[in-house]
Parts: sequence; structure tokens; C-alpha cells
Amino acid sequence: MSTELTFKQYQDGLANDVFWGLLCDDCGSYTTPPQKVCRSCGSTALQVVELEKSGFIRTFTVIRVAAEGMNPPFVVALVETASGAWVMGNVINIDPNEAGMELIGRKVTLSSRPVKGDIYACGDIHSLCFTLL
Amino acid sequence: MREAAILGVAMTPFGISDKTNLELFADAGLEAIVHSNLAPGDIQALFFGNCLGDFEEGQLHMAPFAHSSIGLPMSTPAVRFECACATATVAIRQAVQMVQGGIYDVILAGGTERAAAMGTPLATRTFAMASQAQYETPTGITFPGVFAMAAHLYSHRYGIPLVELKRHLAEVAVKNHFHGSKNPKAHFQKEITVEKVLNGMMVADPLQLLDCCPFSDGAAAVVIAEAGKARDLVKKPIYVAGTGQASAGPLYIQQDLTHVKAREVSVKMAYDEAHLTPGDIDVCELHDCFTMAEVLAIEGLGFYDFGRGYDAASRGETRLGGKGTVVVNPSGGLKAKGHPIGATGAAQVTEIVEQLRGEAGERQVDGAKIGLVDTLGGDLSTVCNLILRGEK
Ligand SMILES: [Zn+2]
Repeated sequence: MSTELTFKQYQDGLANDVFWGLLCDDCGSYTTPPQKVCRSCGSTALQVVELEKSGFIRTFTVIRVAAEGMNPPFVVALVETASGAWVMGNVINIDPNEAGMELIGRKVTLSSRPVKGDIYACGDIHSLCFTLL
Repeated sequence: MREAAILGVAMTPFGISDKTNLELFADAGLEAIVHSNLAPGDIQALFFGNCLGDFEEGQLHMAPFAHSSIGLPMSTPAVRFECACATATVAIRQAVQMVQGGIYDVILAGGTERAAAMGTPLATRTFAMASQAQYETPTGITFPGVFAMAAHLYSHRYGIPLVELKRHLAEVAVKNHFHGSKNPKAHFQKEITVEKVLNGMMVADPLQLLDCCPFSDGAAAVVIAEAGKARDLVKKPIYVAGTGQASAGPLYIQQDLTHVKAREVSVKMAYDEAHLTPGDIDVCELHDCFTMAEVLAIEGLGFYDFGRGYDAASRGETRLGGKGTVVVNPSGGLKAKGHPIGATGAAQVTEIVEQLRGEAGERQVDGAKIGLVDTLGGDLSTVCNLILRGEK
């Protein structure tokens, strides 16, 4: 089992509908998106594992004034995944004008979509999407 | 360890300017040097703050040009600092530590920014570059969006209906515009009403236009020196009683946005070093980039319990002449004074120094003895604090 999960491997996973993360041998926390050490205890004793693609919305906003090149309005949310790690993404199956406080606590499934990279970014990126159940 | 003190302070008017970053910085830098009864040749290091000069003017590596534009000696090193909105506060803290450690006796620190010159679409885009580029920026998250998510979570977590929270947030904007109306250098010098805030364009739900600070142009600078030298040079040196700085990761690591954990760590460092508590602070310039940010700050700095700071402005407790123990953002804050990000921290220090010297005019907080500076950079990921005091 590999102990390293790079940005590219994580991205390739998302492109193939696999949500990769890291399980800490020392404290049992899951870390995703990937980094070199456990987000909870800093341990490097990590195993690459496939994570469940579900979670709950903890908070959100509707972006109405966006950076140039984006198409508002759209919904950004922070989701606590089933593994306990939090991730940021877009809620895709709701009219942004209908988004309200009742979104908090709603269960979602995770997927991804390719986002065109900014001219200042290193290429296109698979960004997380949330679908309300 | 030696003691550090602040001598001259200066800021340009904040708002929309035709001047270049170098011209703005030269205006503030030279004025701070003159107010210190020093000459450029006396400055031993320049700690120069600027975040987005490359997007604003196509100018990287601005520090040596700022250095020559105010006539500093070639032997005085110039270093650029970038910690998003906390840039200048971090530069000032590093200067304080260098003076305390005996490396230098006299340092000029501050910053400049032309955020307004970029226009809103490019400014919004470049500010969003301070989010985590691989895993957060691609979602289209913006700076107001971050504090908007904090507002929704706050409403949910503490059971405060959103419509009620929004009214209290509007009162923060009203208070800071009231303070700004007394500040001739503020970007906005007009009072506003709760109704006007609540009728504004929605920027990122639930934050509306007047919940947000403006993109501003401006510069500010301060001179830091060893305390004995400071006493020889100026009548009222302002002493650095304590400092703190802390760093946190991306929002997905921070998780609970109602607590700015880096602030809690940073300000504890500053209180401990100063042997002071939140109750000792008379006046505070804190990071109100959005109305919600002021609520998070007054709680994180220990003025209010968590979940209890949201209606402080409504109750008139944080207002000039109010009934609370600490006046918050008498300058107008980022909200009304403006927010040229690389300069903001130095302008906050300028306000606190003038308050502690009794030189704040119409904005003077009666009997202010101890002041706190609080600056947040990026997505709650850098916080820097300074506790300043007048005579001991
Ligand atoms: Zn661990």
C-alpha cells in the first residue's frame, strides 16, 4: 500500500470517480485533500485509502459577485465527509436563488467536475461537487 | 531582551488615488521618518508590505524601489512582506522583534497597495488567490464568501435566526461608518443606516454590499526603535507591550469557521507577554473586512464570550462614547477607513498610536492607555496582534 498521495493521484482519482484520502496509523484520522502529514496529529504514518463519497453540509454561501471569469450565482459549501475530513465544493443540483439555511445539515453525495484553470493556475482542475439527496 | 517603541506614524488618505504604489509609500514613509525626528539615513532596515503589486502595476520586487524612492542608504536592506491582509502588521512585528533582539536600532515598516486601481472583477479574482489554489479557489470561493459561510454557520450554531443576525451585522457597519465620518483620511466618511445596509446588493449570501469593506488605495508606515533611543527622539514614544502571530491551514482543515483559531493562539501570546487581559484594553483596531469578521474578532480577542458578540454594536458597547469597556475601530475600521491590504496593519497601528498619544481629535477615546491591533490575513489563516501602551 502506498503511503503517499500526490495532488495528481488525487486528481486522477476524482476523474475516475474515486475519492482518495489518507488514514493515519497513529490516531485513526482521515486526511483529504492529501498532504504529507496527518491533519490531526502530524504523523507521516499514513495509508492511502478510498473514502466514501458522502457527507453533510456544514455551511454554505451563494457567490453573487464573483472573480472575473466565473459565472455567478453559484453555491459554495463546506461538507463534513463520512470520513470526518471537511472539503470545499459546489452544490450543483439546486437553484442558487432557492438556497437557504435549511441546506445546513443536508446529506450530499460527492463527485467532481473539471474546472478550467485560470491563466495564472497550473492547468485545469477536478473540483468537488455536492449533490443533495 | 530590549524594549521596542514606536516613534513616528503616518498614513496617506485611503480611497481612490492616482498615485503609484511607490509614491503612496514615499508619502507615508517620509512623514513617519520626519515625525520621528530622524532622517532617511538613520533607518537601518525597511520592512515593506505589498501584496498584489504585480497585478496592480506589473511590478514585482517593489521593496528596493520603495527604498530608493525615500532615499534610504544602500547599506539599509529592503525586504518585501506578504501575508495577505495581515502583511503590514507582520512586517511591524518582525521589526519589533529585530529591535528587541538587538539586530537593529531603527526600522521603517509599513506597506502600500492599489487595490481600487485593479477594479472589482480583477481585485476579487486576485484576493481569491489567497485561498488554497488546488482545493478551494476552483470552487469560485471569494473573500466575502468565506465570511458569509462563517455567518451562516454562526447563525446555525448559536440558534440566532439569520434575519436577526443580519440586522446586528448591519449595526456593525453603521457604527464603523459613524467612526469613519470623523476620520478625514477614511475612504468612506458618510454615515449610513441599517436600512441602507439591508437594501444593498447581495455579494455572498448573507453578506450585502455594505457588510463588505471597499477595495482601497493607500499606504501607511511607522518607525520602530529601541525604547531608550525612542525616548531621546520623541516626546511620547508608544511601547510595544506584547505581540503574537499564528498560522492556520486551509478552511477545510480549520473546519469550524466561527472560531478563528489562529487568532486565539496569537492574541494569547500577546496578552501573556504584556501581562494583560482583554479587560485591560481601552481601544482596539481589529480586522473588520466584513461585518461578520468584527463579530468573530471581538469574540476571539476575548472581549465577548463565543456566541455573544453578535449584538455588541447594536447595544452601543463598541462605539465611541459607548457604554462598553473597549471602543472597537474608532478609525472607521477596514469597513469605512478602507482596506489597501498591504498597508492596513500599519494604518491600524497609526490609529492606536494616535489614540494613545491623545491626538485622535474627534475620534479620541477618552483616557485610552492600552490599545490592541488585530489583523487577519487570508482565509483566517494568518493572525497577527500587537498590544501597545503609552506611559507605564
Ligand atoms: Zn494522525
